[in-house]
Amino acid sequence: MECRRVAAHICSNGALMKVLMLGWEFPPRIAGGLAVACYGLVKGLSYHGVQVTFVMPLRTGEEPPNRYRLLGANEIPIPYKHSVELPPFWHQITFYGVHTVLGPYLEQLEMPIVEFASVPEPIYAFEEGKFRLEFSGKYGPDLLAEVYRYAYAVSHLAEQEEFDIIHAHDWLTYLAGVWLKHKTHKPLVVHVHATEYDRSGENPNPEVRAIEQMGLKEADLIIAVSFYTRSVVIERYDIPPEKIWAIHNAVLPKDRQPIQPSPSKRKVVTFLGRVTYQKGPEYFVEAAARLAPYLPDVHFVMAGTGDLLRGIIHRVAQLRLGVRFSFTGFLPPAEVERLFDLSDVYVMPSVSEPFGISALEALRAGVPVIISKQSGVAEVLPHALKVDFWDVDGLADLIYGVLQYKGIRPFFIRYAQAELSQLQWERASAKVIEAYKSLLTP
Amino acid sequence: MKHICLYFQVHQPFRLRIYRFFDIGVSHDYYHELNNRSLFQRISQKCYLPMNALLKSLIEKWGPDYFSVSFSISGTCIEQMQLYEPRTLESFQELYATGAVELIGETYAHSLACLKSQKEFERQVKKHKGILQELFGAAPTVFRNTELVFYDEVAKWVAELGFSAMLAEGADTLLGWRSPNFLYTSAVAPLKLLLRNYRLSDDIAFRFSNTTWEEWPLTAEKYAEWIFGLPEDQNLINIFMDYETFGEHQWKETGIFEFFSNWVDIMLKEKKAVFVTPTKVLREHKPVASISVPSPLSWADTERDLTAWLGNELQIDAFETLYSLEDKVEKVRDSTILRDWLLLQTSDHFYYMCTKFFSDGDVHKYFNPYNSPYEAYVTYMNVLSDFQERLRKIS
Repeated sequence: MECRRVAAHICSNGALMKVLMLGWEFPPRIAGGLAVACYGLVKGLSYHGVQVTFVMPLRTGEEPPNRYRLLGANEIPIPYKHSVELPPFWHQITFYGVHTVLGPYLEQLEMPIVEFASVPEPIYAFEEGKFRLEFSGKYGPDLLAEVYRYAYAVSHLAEQEEFDIIHAHDWLTYLAGVWLKHKTHKPLVVHVHATEYDRSGENPNPEVRAIEQMGLKEADLIIAVSFYTRSVVIERYDIPPEKIWAIHNAVLPKDRQPIQPSPSKRKVVTFLGRVTYQKGPEYFVEAAARLAPYLPDVHFVMAGTGDLLRGIIHRVAQLRLGVRFSFTGFLPPAEVERLFDLSDVYVMPSVSEPFGISALEALRAGVPVIISKQSGVAEVLPHALKVDFWDVDGLADLIYGVLQYKGIRPFFIRYAQAELSQLQWERASAKVIEAYKSLLTP
Repeated sequence: MKHICLYFQVHQPFRLRIYRFFDIGVSHDYYHELNNRSLFQRISQKCYLPMNALLKSLIEKWGPDYFSVSFSISGTCIEQMQLYEPRTLESFQELYATGAVELIGETYAHSLACLKSQKEFERQVKKHKGILQELFGAAPTVFRNTELVFYDEVAKWVAELGFSAMLAEGADTLLGWRSPNFLYTSAVAPLKLLLRNYRLSDDIAFRFSNTTWEEWPLTAEKYAEWIFGLPEDQNLINIFMDYETFGEHQWKETGIFEFFSNWVDIMLKEKKAVFVTPTKVLREHKPVASISVPSPLSWADTERDLTAWLGNELQIDAFETLYSLEDKVEKVRDSTILRDWLLLQTSDHFYYMCTKFFSDGDVHKYFNPYNSPYEAYVTYMNVLSDFQERLRKIS
């Protein structure tokens, strides 16, 4: 199903729209759905003729080539100055600075206590009176410091780049987006893939929350990845609903021969995602504990890592389910695809899930998915199997049903494929262009 | 003179409780006793009792020669009356005793057994006859199949069982240019056919309170005019619907009761119409043509086919698995197993697994205890697994 191209030029002068897009992740560097969504969106916008420059902390050089332009913040030349001039909005944020732990992002099991300075303290690389900042691009313990450095570097694009719109993905790039907006007076679009409440529940990190609040307030238009997230933004951040558009994520098509199903009778139930509060891994384990005695041939896979992983492993051991569980750690995309090929059902029991793009990837691989009702992706998958995240018995029963009764799989795949074919990035991008236009036309 | 044949379907299923996989082999208690009881009592309160009272007063006012109606009450519904609300049963018995009511035969469990097994179908029809005889002293001669499912094969079986007529859907696909407002006969069996006028029936059953309908609000006068306005020769109007239309599908607040009683008064006052039972129709009308229906037709949804019950893989798997057990059940004498066998055949279980969300979704949601067709399917299959295990143990 081909999507019709929409006109991507600015009404007034007929030139193609130029978008400066700020994001933290881009393939092949993937920690979660953010990179996948950014990639899909950038591709979709390019399809319609929008000229996108995507600025990430650093490029690896292995990013997939296309019509868009990629730029690393570590490549931006910055004129040397003795002190950093901070913009006025910077003072809206209370900087705590010490003992800040960004648990949900940590890539290690350990949770070190870190300290960092409130003013960017870059590592200088001099070059004819200019310097560049260095970035790890990782979600390490110095993430907040890197966020500030990124904002500082990106703010210099005001003098170096031409663009019509600034489009910032998630809180990591909000400071940069707002800084640019103040310098250029170009409209700012803020794209909410997740909020601090999704990541941390009722105990948000105050600094992250403050950055979010500021970005959402300063944005001229907000794109939320689901109606669910839109309502979170309205209720938790007190943002006027009229400036928030809900535009669902999509999924890139993939032509791929599934591997031969293994002759083993063993069935595989898969959890894939960060092992954090937001993703509800403990409900997966409890459901597995309900099922294990009744389905001796079933194996449970937990792919991903995060701050709850240790506790989860302890719980699995306590339940004497060690032999029935595999913990794979973080999986790169190719191995995710392999895991889907081996899976009989994919479970996403998220407590709070703004979208949940991995559910679409599982579907694309032909795997039945059970998603929590508290996930944005539920809005675009009327035929998916849905359950309240806390309803462990209900979840276990649906898993049992998918594995034991032969009616669900063919039925589900038929409908889900039809639903999936509607979820194209070209379509989602056309809506984003519509949002841009609403800002550009006087 | 217009003959208006009113027929109401009275049915309630035994809905299943939340039955998890870990209940298999442990609990043989399948039904949601509390839900079924409270739902039945609510429906009694809002529909059966007030509508029975209204019908009784209309019968007393006009007399059985001018105002009569017909019912089919499923065996499961009669059981619920006995279990949960005996005064509702008494109310129907009193209504029957006026002589203005005809009771129609059906399958005891309100099942789709005809699609799988003639033997099972006949067993259920006879069982239903038995309970009508026992509780009402009635011997039905007209038949209706679950959801008006009709096709040639069933016509033959029904005729063989001694019925002289059967109700069916006046579907466009069946009639083409012909009108449902005549008596027809089956092309393959000595069986007359009364065909539902779906437009006039659904005007009340589905559209009555729909404010976006261009004819809303439907007044008794307007509805009477539509019937009087039918061509001179079309003088048999079959209006068939769920009895729960009155007070449940259409709430009391919509004015459905007043509408009905005003409409009856208008129709009868002008002496141009009478309300008749199917048996009276057979006496006073001659069939105009014979009809052949090779594949099943129903009164459901826009397709008028079986897709509401057997339209997707979930439903087909559940249905096939259920009837694969028939041979084993036949050898069993255990009364609890036989009762479960009946109650699990009720068509509603399959209806809850329906996934046609759009045009007919609203109707499908009614009284549906599940959030999704998957839940309905998994629950049913869990129960069936337990049932299967019991059969295995006993034989």
